[in-house]
Amino acid sequence: MPKILVCVKRVPATGARIVLTDDEQEINTRFLGFAVSPHEECAVEEAVRIVEGQGGSATVLTLGPPEAEEQLREALSMGIDEAMLLETDGGDWNAMATAQAIHAAVAPAMAGPEPYDLLLFGNESADSSGYQVAVRVARALGLPCVTGVKGLSIEGGMATARREAAGGWEIFEVPLPAVITIKEGINLPRYPSFRGKMAAKKKPVHRLAPEHTEGGMQKIRLQTPETETKGAEVLGEGPDAAPKVVELLKQIGVMQP
Amino acid sequence: MILALVEHSNGTPNGPSFEMLGLAGTLAARTGASLAAAVFGGDPAALADSLQAHGVGSLIQVQHPRLEDYAPDAWARALGQLAESRGAGAVLAAGTDVGNEVLARLGAGLNLPMAANCIEVEPGERYRLRRTRWGGSLYEEAWLPGEPKLLTVAPHILEISENPAQNPPVVETFTPNLEDGDFLVRVTSRIEPESGISLGDAPVVVGGGRGVGSTEGFAPLEELAALLGGVVGGSRVATNLGWRPHADQIGQTGTRISPDIYIACGISGATQHWVGCMGSKTILAINNDPEAPMVAKADYAVIGDLHEIVPAICAEIKKARGG
Repeated sequence: MPKILVCVKRVPATGARIVLTDDEQEINTRFLGFAVSPHEECAVEEAVRIVEGQGGSATVLTLGPPEAEEQLREALSMGIDEAMLLETDGGDWNAMATAQAIHAAVAPAMAGPEPYDLLLFGNESADSSGYQVAVRVARALGLPCVTGVKGLSIEGGMATARREAAGGWEIFEVPLPAVITIKEGINLPRYPSFRGKMAAKKKPVHRLAPEHTEGGMQKIRLQTPETETKGAEVLGEGPDAAPKVVELLKQIGVMQP
Repeated sequence: MILALVEHSNGTPNGPSFEMLGLAGTLAARTGASLAAAVFGGDPAALADSLQAHGVGSLIQVQHPRLEDYAPDAWARALGQLAESRGAGAVLAAGTDVGNEVLARLGAGLNLPMAANCIEVEPGERYRLRRTRWGGSLYEEAWLPGEPKLLTVAPHILEISENPAQNPPVVETFTPNLEDGDFLVRVTSRIEPESGISLGDAPVVVGGGRGVGSTEGFAPLEELAALLGGVVGGSRVATNLGWRPHADQIGQTGTRISPDIYIACGISGATQHWVGCMGSKTILAINNDPEAPMVAKADYAVIGDLHEIVPAICAEIKKARGG
């Protein structure tokens, strides 16, 4: 029966406009909620479905501030069995430091009697979008890694994963244990049920203090791109604007007769 | 030497690779280095012309009997060996699924940092770079150390600019030293694309969001798209509510589109959606809220109920065609 680990990241739930803190180091989250990064929410759902179908167990892991327990509880309420929080003081951890901390937390289990069969990550985090934490963890553990996966099946010690490529699909078959990075669209994550939320309160969250390794890429500051908020030219109101829209379509050259 | 991984299909490099070559060429010129393109497979003769137009001095074809199928670890190791043998100061790739994963694997193998989706690079002992976060709605300035420097270039942001080299590129071959383990992850089979235009390539895209209201509400959008030879897409709200399949999602976690015109119907314009459609040449927003972010960012807008406006546009198109 598969034993699964899902790694998630707590990210701000941004709306239409991102505002930075005065020191330009972070997103100003004073008026924002937080969520599990979208690809990873699907990774959590995928883990729960595999366990529902085949038995086994699933653990969710995150590296983040104490408040990231919220996101772990969210995953627990969707059906994950237990959680691991690599607790930081909230400072910036780049991809290399994050991968090293996750590797250090997971390596003992991988060398033990009951290693994880499957390690799921998001393809890239919504906020820092580095595309590499899973790849680095896989490399350090000596495991195969398939990225960008939008279809997954686990059978007979093998993972069959598929990903989109040029409008079609590429199929990969790798032996377990394996690291897979998930893309949104593989499934539609469930809303936690009331029962799920109640059960989540009793599930264990193990806290670990990760070691921060120096080196790697170093953030200087964040910037919001200058977008021209010129405001649209309003062609009209209601259905009466249709002739003007057709004029526009002709002008652009997308209205073949 | 600046080493650039050029992705191509049957000898035609993809757009993001050309965008990347622009940045790689600037980097080469500013550091007095030569620009070499590494390619896997394909006919070098077919690639030479287009690469010369983009300033490539040498075209290195990576050859190995087992490299017929895509195998990202093998690509990364080959690229690393090539970079080492030529003393490359930097290795660049396009910020595509392939480019990002191959350079991430190279970085993991060499224990070096990798900067994904850069848009500007200042060379030096450490590179000072600007890269995109949040799918392009936020930039980060960062220091990138390491030798070689590893970075990918954000797709669909930089203009493709020609920078012709005086001579055709010198064509060389390179045979990497690969092991069984490098082929553990490889494409074992493919499902070919279905015929028809895809969201990413369509010249006209009609998108629907929360304002469409239901699966059935997309019918007029389908009609409009069909009349214009385009396709229909949806916001994350529309796909998460199950009104459209996820494959139709336009956004940070869906498809990035770049049509001649994008008609956004009942879409508020959250960042998640905007980064997926900002590559459109023209955007027309149809929305009942004149204050919606989508209306502020679009080129044109029609204010009102999309359920009345979209059918009216369809009727007007048919009228114009004498139907």
